[in-house]
Amino acid sequence: MAAHPADGAAIEVDGLRKSYGGFEAVRGLSLHVRRGEIFAFLGPNGAGKTTTVEIMEGFRRRDAGDVRVLGVDPEDGGRDWRARIGIVLQEGQAQPKLTVRETLALWSAYYPRPKPVEETIALVGLGEKADDRVGRLSGGQRRRLDVGLALIGDPELIFLDEPTTGFDPVARRAAWAVIADLRDLGKTVFLTTHYLDEAQELADRVAIIKGGVIVAEGPPESLGAGSTTVTEISFVPPAEVDVREMSGGPAIDVAPDGVARIRTELPTRVLAELCGWAAGRGIELERLEVTRPTLEDVYLELVRSDEPAAAAS
Amino acid sequence: MSDARTFAVQLRADLKVFVRNPAALFFTAILPVIFLTLFVSIFGNNRAGGAYGNIRVSTLQVPAFIALAVVSASFVGLAMGLVSLREDGVLKRVRGTPVAPWIVFAGRIGTAFVSAAIVTAILCAIGAMAFGVTLPTTTLPGLVATLAVGAASFCALGIAYTRLIPSEDAGPAMTNAVVLPLYFISGVFVPVSELSHGLRTVAGLLPVKPFVDALTVAFDPRTTGAGFAGGDLAVLAGWGAAGLLLAVAFFQWTPRSHAG
Repeated sequence: MAAHPADGAAIEVDGLRKSYGGFEAVRGLSLHVRRGEIFAFLGPNGAGKTTTVEIMEGFRRRDAGDVRVLGVDPEDGGRDWRARIGIVLQEGQAQPKLTVRETLALWSAYYPRPKPVEETIALVGLGEKADDRVGRLSGGQRRRLDVGLALIGDPELIFLDEPTTGFDPVARRAAWAVIADLRDLGKTVFLTTHYLDEAQELADRVAIIKGGVIVAEGPPESLGAGSTTVTEISFVPPAEVDVREMSGGPAIDVAPDGVARIRTELPTRVLAELCGWAAGRGIELERLEVTRPTLEDVYLELVRSDEPAAAAS
Repeated sequence: MSDARTFAVQLRADLKVFVRNPAALFFTAILPVIFLTLFVSIFGNNRAGGAYGNIRVSTLQVPAFIALAVVSASFVGLAMGLVSLREDGVLKRVRGTPVAPWIVFAGRIGTAFVSAAIVTAILCAIGAMAFGVTLPTTTLPGLVATLAVGAASFCALGIAYTRLIPSEDAGPAMTNAVVLPLYFISGVFVPVSELSHGLRTVAGLLPVKPFVDALTVAFDPRTTGAGFAGGDLAVLAGWGAAGLLLAVAFFQWTPRSHAG
């Protein structure tokens, strides 16, 4: 098929725009997902996440911009294209009165080259529940069935929309293992989530959406500790010392609980100055810590602003 | 997999869903049998008199409750079933698969046809064995054609009607609000001879009365020929065609009761 460049992108979005009435939900968004990677799409509610994903899945039409999913414009995506993608929506999607096995057997009939039903049941760990009706499954089991329904057609690209929302920690770990397995099978995974640890654990690359545009993109560790981000040094100075007397030093905030914090992009130099100053006075800095921001800190920093468009423009 | 084979799998799954749904089973299969037995027991099985002369009451009640069963299996069954699939997000998700959309409807329509045929056979059997109803023989082609046109038309109307039903909870009330009054003015519960001329005229333009009338023609022992009630079938088919057009133009796949 012409839409199979070996090293091509799984998803290419450029300048995507979508408005509802007067509200511009997506305003010139661009992102690229490589084949075979797990790509996490993060953002607060109302940032344009679902709109973007539903345009890529072919459920919504866009106002402007270029979208290619597996080389095909989703608005022209026919049955051949649909057979190559798998989708897990936020809400459950299986008929409650059929059993797990019956549901997967029905859905396998929707696809031209399905995976065997029993293999799919085993892959999502529902072997013991195969003859239970969907309506009697727990939330976590239903979610696993949803993942099974996304995999039954043996797709190249899988959209997972908040796949572990409402899971207990054990079920989340199990779901993560299933998703990590997908990468080993050579699948591309587009994961929408608002759990930062989930993105950090699974994703090869992360994009953060806010106000309808991407405000940060890259591998999770680069977003968490990249050269442009700030390192925090904290310590508790002795009560009788006024840390502000540290001449020529960086700005120091002292919280009411006595913890002093320095935020800097040059932690090595600042730490050397700080330690030199303290050692020269014979002061011991209690609870001295150097922390690099996690993905979560970066994320919160980016989305905290009350002005939705502030970081966007 | 070929579409024909996919349809067979879909139909089998939808039939399983139907027999596992006690409400659908009760309203479609059991209630018409109870009604037939009760009505004939309460009102007796005498000669109907009037325009129907020598015909037994039960010979009129059997087609009336066949109509009720078919409308329940097709119109009510499709409207409520599809709204529930739509609101559960099943339809939206199925749209994301390569399955041809018609197969989703065809499975449900096939289920309505199968269940309507079985209930018709049961009502005929009870009528014949318990109440001495003469079953159609020469008019069998007319009966089959009427059942097919009726079930198809009420399926189309049921699919179209889902556009007006905002939520799963609203389904039972909104479908019954339409069909119950129609049963009363179409000769299902009350002989149409009891109704005013105006009401009869109105009912004749709506789909249920032509359906009851066409079925009654097929059951009427005095009917000569193959039992086709051409005029009634034309009205019924007209409603079906209108339902089909509206369904194609306005059917909604995504949930309405919560933002999708």
